[in-house]
Amino acid sequence: MAKQSSSAAARRAERGARATPTAMRAHKGDESMVPALDKIIHERIRLGIVSALAVNERLTFNELKKLLQTSDGNVSVHARKLEDAGYLACTKSFDGRVPRTDYKLTAAGRKALERYLSHMEALIQATRGK
Amino acid sequence: MTTALGDRAADNLAFIRDTMARAGAFTSVSGAAMMLTGGMGLGAALLASPALLAANPARFLSTWIVIAILGGAGSWVAIRRKAQRAGQSLMDGPARRFALAFAPALVAGAVLTVAFVASGNSALLPGTWLSLYGAAVTAGGALSVRPVPVMGAAFMALGALCFALTPQAQQYVLAAGFGGLHLTFGYHISRNYGG
Repeated sequence: MAKQSSSAAARRAERGARATPTAMRAHKGDESMVPALDKIIHERIRLGIVSALAVNERLTFNELKKLLQTSDGNVSVHARKLEDAGYLACTKSFDGRVPRTDYKLTAAGRKALERYLSHMEALIQATRGK
Repeated sequence: MTTALGDRAADNLAFIRDTMARAGAFTSVSGAAMMLTGGMGLGAALLASPALLAANPARFLSTWIVIAILGGAGSWVAIRRKAQRAGQSLMDGPARRFALAFAPALVAGAVLTVAFVASGNSALLPGTWLSLYGAAVTAGGALSVRPVPVMGAAFMALGALCFALTPQAQQYVLAAGFGGLHLTFGYHISRNYGG
């Protein structure tokens, strides 16, 4: 019985993954069990950026850098990837003479995070049922 | 293998939760400004004790209002500097939510101050101020670093105590609250939370 419900959870996770346009297999060798993950959001820095922006209307480049305790280059590269995927909107302006970059989560980015959370929960349910 | 996957998923969820919690926290509360406010609070408690309320309510009120304005202005400048050093904005995000949570209890305090003075219930002011300032700090502190809501709860406890005391004894409670708590928590925050 438990096995059935865990299989069902795994199937739900798999269905969710199929609905993800950018879905890819995340772990080689686990294909029989692992739901496909949105690789764009799965990387830690990018997951951090999206999570931070989910609870803030907008955050500056420096706020993200400090929050994630990472380098300028890392924030820049990963934010660009999220922007290219349509998950982030970026605004550049000046605060006095200092350049300022603001990031905002798009509707697609918020949905991607929700899908990712569903995948993680489904995975946990599936493995707990084993 | 499946357990490892489950562990990884749980780890990812924990990372998301932790990031969201840290991203939602207002970290620009200035310990130095809090200590300055504490020094002014001690001074106000000495200059304008609740025992003065019956004899000279105008002096009592004006002293505390001036101290509140100076303390608020000093805190704003210090918080602004701390936020600028950290590259944080005070106009949106955690700072905005902190302000929105902090302000209502202060507004209620101002309204009750006017109402109590107008109705001749000024003796209730010290307890009301401590309680509502504590409520403001606790509400804002829920979005800030851990010592802030603890300080708010301590203010509320002193406020409750104040209602049960004589005006002479209330002076010590006001000094302990607006002076002592600000100095103690300000020192702790300035030492452990970057100024």
